[in-house]
Amino acid sequence: MNLFAIIGEALRALRLNRLRTSLTMLGMIIGVAAVVLMLAVGQGAQTMVNQAIASIGSNLFIVVPGATSSGALRSAAGSVQTLTMADAQAIAHLPSVKATAPLVTGTAQLNYGANNWSTSVTGVTPDYFSVREWPAESGALFTDTDLRSASRIVMLGQLTAKNLFGDEDPTGKTVRIKNSPFVVAGVLAPKGQSLDGRDQDDSVFIPITTGQRQIFGNQFPGTIRFLMVQGISAEAMDEAEVEINQLLRQRHRIAEGMENDFTVRNMAAIAAVATGAAKVMSLMLGAIASVSLLVGGIGIMNIMLVSVTERTREIGIRMAIGANRRAILAQFLLEALVICILGGVIGVALGIGGAWAVSHATDMIIVITFGTILLAFAFASAVGIFFGYYPARKAAALKPVEALRYE
Amino acid sequence: MLLQQDNPGASLIKVENLSKTYSLETGVKGNGSVNSQVLFEVNLTISRGEFVAIMGHSGSGKSTLMNILGCLDTPTHGQYWLDGRNVAFLSDDELALVRNRKIGFVFQGFNLLKRMTALDNVAAPLLYAGVGRSESRKRALQLLSQTGLGNFAAYQPTQLSGGQQQRVAISRALINDPPLILADEPTGNLDTQTSREIMAIFEQLNRERGITVVIVTHEDDIAAFTRRLVRLKDGRVVHDGKVSA
Repeated sequence: MNLFAIIGEALRALRLNRLRTSLTMLGMIIGVAAVVLMLAVGQGAQTMVNQAIASIGSNLFIVVPGATSSGALRSAAGSVQTLTMADAQAIAHLPSVKATAPLVTGTAQLNYGANNWSTSVTGVTPDYFSVREWPAESGALFTDTDLRSASRIVMLGQLTAKNLFGDEDPTGKTVRIKNSPFVVAGVLAPKGQSLDGRDQDDSVFIPITTGQRQIFGNQFPGTIRFLMVQGISAEAMDEAEVEINQLLRQRHRIAEGMENDFTVRNMAAIAAVATGAAKVMSLMLGAIASVSLLVGGIGIMNIMLVSVTERTREIGIRMAIGANRRAILAQFLLEALVICILGGVIGVALGIGGAWAVSHATDMIIVITFGTILLAFAFASAVGIFFGYYPARKAAALKPVEALRYE
Repeated sequence: MLLQQDNPGASLIKVENLSKTYSLETGVKGNGSVNSQVLFEVNLTISRGEFVAIMGHSGSGKSTLMNILGCLDTPTHGQYWLDGRNVAFLSDDELALVRNRKIGFVFQGFNLLKRMTALDNVAAPLLYAGVGRSESRKRALQLLSQTGLGNFAAYQPTQLSGGQQQRVAISRALINDPPLILADEPTGNLDTQTSREIMAIFEQLNRERGITVVIVTHEDDIAAFTRRLVRLKDGRVVHDGKVSA
């Protein structure tokens, strides 16, 4: 018995029933295409989440004033201003902390010539840009000197620069923020969307000291809106959280048993939740798509069973001229497998085409990996073997004399 | 009686006390099946080179005997040695091999594979003998030419006359050079003239190539081509000897 000859027989049988073969194959094509497309969408979503997480910066804590309370009627976190610049400096000296970046935030209107643009204005220290891993695209980031002298200089986000200056180079130009003139020190590199969906390029940054004294006008000098803390490593995060809590409790003179007047949030944990959610979505999409593959497989089994019954006499003839049970089993199993693999090839092509169309029609990121294609093929072949085996075994188990007598 | 496995040096076909009983499912609960015996203690020996007709009315058991001789069916009792080997000891795969190499079948309804060319039909047994495609086609074309169908190699069975189809079937039976040809009413669907031509082919194969030919028929003038007549009646051999023309 020669495998290639048996494949030839299987192909011949499939060609003889073109319509039936293509309809059966259609089930497989749709199933495989759906799996490929859904996995591509799911992995694309994961990539988007990962990009957003990476854009925050690595090993980050966010420390906000106020307690996260589970009790009744508590002022929301951040509504009281208990964190100060001195807290930020003290935390920066902790052994498992690499850097801190205190922030004050607000919204203001910017003017340049006839253009104006309302955006978020954030007062930061130079460390902010290293913590966020956010370099300047043109011009230069401001320095500790600018911080000390509370200079009126500003870094523009990409979108803000575009809206105010168009194609002009903003560096060195003067913009007005709340009617005070600021010199543009540079434009930041594009950052994209944040995890909560805001466009991070729609922003401007000024020295925190300038913000505190001249723009936001706070009744408690030296307080900050919140604080970003970067740990020295991913492994040291738990340690850093303990150290920050201890230090702040001590500095804020919080007695034993009293609640914190601040909250430390580990961004890695938040990122893990988001990644997990994206993974679950990806898995669910794949699972839903594989249901159609299952239905396609049942279609194959159905048709193969009909085919075996229709061709009982042919099976009898083949047995009479010397086909053993293995040869008959192989012939019918290969017919199912050929349908699946051919359907798989077309389905993968269709899935890739569909993914391409989706990525062009929407701004969704679509990711097709070699693994996805391999998985779709493996799944298709498994379906073929699983659903083709029973009809093939039924064919092979026929008794020669009874099969020959079948009308 | 002890089963005797092999019997080397024996005749091509040796059948001892062969019986066949069919169980028919009635579908009635508790009384699930009805037995119907179609062969009773048949003894038969056929040597190499013989040309034998098995005759009998319908229901005499001649087709059942033929199926058992062709290893398509198994006896209920008794023993059957084919070429010295007791087929009761052969596995399914070995039986398939025996059908492939030792036996060529010719059927009343031709039993060609539909929508396959005459050439592919003749070459089909070689598919299961592990012979390569080009070699198969060469041998098949040679056999078709010998039976005068060289020009019909690319025709499908439905495009051929009954006589031509039966020639294709005979070519197929011969492709593995078997020592035995079993023909079950090979002329049953053919007119008198064509029947004579087909019988002439069998006669020639037997005379010139020494192939043992066993033909089941119920027509006396077909049996007249052979040299030995076995007559069955109600599952028993009632005559075994010369053809009484």
